[in-house]
Amino acid sequence: MRYLPHTQEDIQKMLAVAGAGSLDDLFKTIPDAVKVKDGLNLPEPMSEWELNDYMEKLASENIACKGYTCLIGAGSYDHYIPAIIPYLVSRSEFATAYTPYQPEVSQGTLQGIYEFQTMVTDLLGMDIATASHYDCGTALAECALIALRKNKKADKIAVSDLVHPSHREIIDTYLKPSGYEMVLIPHTKDGLTDMTALEAMDGIAGVAVQSPNFFGHIEDLAAVKKVADAKKILFITSFTEALAWGILKNPGSFGADLVAGEGQSLGIAKTFGGPGLGLLAGTSKLMRDLPGRLVGRAKDSNGDDGYVLTLSTREQHIRRERASSNICSNNGLNAMTAAMYLSTIGKIGIREIAQLNHDKAMYLKSALAGAGFEPVFDPPFFNEFVMKAPRDFNRKRIDLINRQCVFAGLDLAPYYPELTDHYLFCATEKVSKQQMDQLAKEVA
Amino acid sequence: MKDINELNLPEDVKYTKDHEWAKADGDTVTIGINDYAQDQLGEIVFVEMPAVGDSFSAEDEFGSVESVKAVSEMYMPISGEIVAINEDLEDAPENVNEDCYQSGWIIKVKPSDLSEMDALMDKAAYLEMLKG
Repeated sequence: MRYLPHTQEDIQKMLAVAGAGSLDDLFKTIPDAVKVKDGLNLPEPMSEWELNDYMEKLASENIACKGYTCLIGAGSYDHYIPAIIPYLVSRSEFATAYTPYQPEVSQGTLQGIYEFQTMVTDLLGMDIATASHYDCGTALAECALIALRKNKKADKIAVSDLVHPSHREIIDTYLKPSGYEMVLIPHTKDGLTDMTALEAMDGIAGVAVQSPNFFGHIEDLAAVKKVADAKKILFITSFTEALAWGILKNPGSFGADLVAGEGQSLGIAKTFGGPGLGLLAGTSKLMRDLPGRLVGRAKDSNGDDGYVLTLSTREQHIRRERASSNICSNNGLNAMTAAMYLSTIGKIGIREIAQLNHDKAMYLKSALAGAGFEPVFDPPFFNEFVMKAPRDFNRKRIDLINRQCVFAGLDLAPYYPELTDHYLFCATEKVSKQQMDQLAKEVA
Repeated sequence: MKDINELNLPEDVKYTKDHEWAKADGDTVTIGINDYAQDQLGEIVFVEMPAVGDSFSAEDEFGSVESVKAVSEMYMPISGEIVAINEDLEDAPENVNEDCYQSGWIIKVKPSDLSEMDALMDKAAYLEMLKG
């Protein structure tokens, strides 16, 4: 489908088929009172080049990562997107495909989702993945609801306070009207989830821990699993940086029951905070509890492969009042983008990119330490870390954006008030050594 | 789909309007879905059961059966506490299709008031209801 306007000739042809003499004739069943009479309040038509200029002028009023050095992650990461991705994903077959409610005529879309699901299970080491959700936050809130549905005797869910603050807010929003409660697990002075505090909690249906956590630290997921098993509760883990699994042991290898993640790093631009890509994967035991849609591969009567929406008896279009979620749509185009990205970079590519991220972040940390910043936490990290800044840094930081086009870290004080003057830095494969050295020189 | 005359409706169990069956045996009552229900649902792929120890009142929902085409809730014929669930159904839900009164039973209940069984339908009354 292409977005081309109808010509007068097209309109006449359609009117003839519809058996109407004119457009007014066609719309005569619409009451006059609700019709727009003075036309739409739009500017005069522009030529293509005038329109391009106008749009570019509007766009240039925003500060985007393009043309800037981005040293902020915190849930949205500035990664290199191979040229093939925007080219492929903008093909009209993908860009305009509607949700497959008529699966038999959407085989291409369904196969794309199936491939995506398969890659997500491989990446995370889980049995089953859904066709995607809006973002990590909504996927994580769905996981919390699954745990509460499974353990009917509990009405609380334990969530590490090092889960992304926005994601905690989303869980809270989901739970508030339902009478369920989110209880926060505090963190230790090492910037890790406090396992002793978790052990002491009762009446919880599940535990959610993010790794790498909001401070960038790699959590001890084996320890979380141990506590979850002892308490017979569901072990949920989340992540915001999907590329971390290029070098870290994946959640499946720690026995996670449910995994919620953000897939923005997989070839999707930051686009001012969204849309993202919610990944949700689980064990086969939880197959019937997963919200949203799942695509399976089946055989048709000729023995040929066919792709179908499966296990959809809990979806809204069949039993709305019994649906396991009120969000059954998926972020189709972004899921397709992630599948294209993963198949483009491959198994070795993701490992190399992940290694680059980690190495650059290590370098940035030492460069900042050399410039008077103080490392506050010690645990291993992937591509993000926290530093205490010298007093006058915030003024310099704003100056860096305006003068040097550098986004130098995220101020942690709004999220963790005790961490005034602490900043969360991120280095991805896109940051050069020269840029990091330059930053260190500027802030020293 | 079976004709009404082909339905297997034993004389020694009681029936509910929601198509469950219940049979008292000593101080427990065994409960399942009847031949009409399994036939209507078609190929059953999953049975969601309550936990042993859960208590329900008569007509409470205690679980669901999922077939390839639909999910249906199951309702308690009588009040009581769950004392056993048919764990075999976790791996072999098709037992409900094959033999809904024997290997396809779903739960065993310790009734709080056995006389509630008297309010349930016998075969004749249930057939009457099906015929409408």
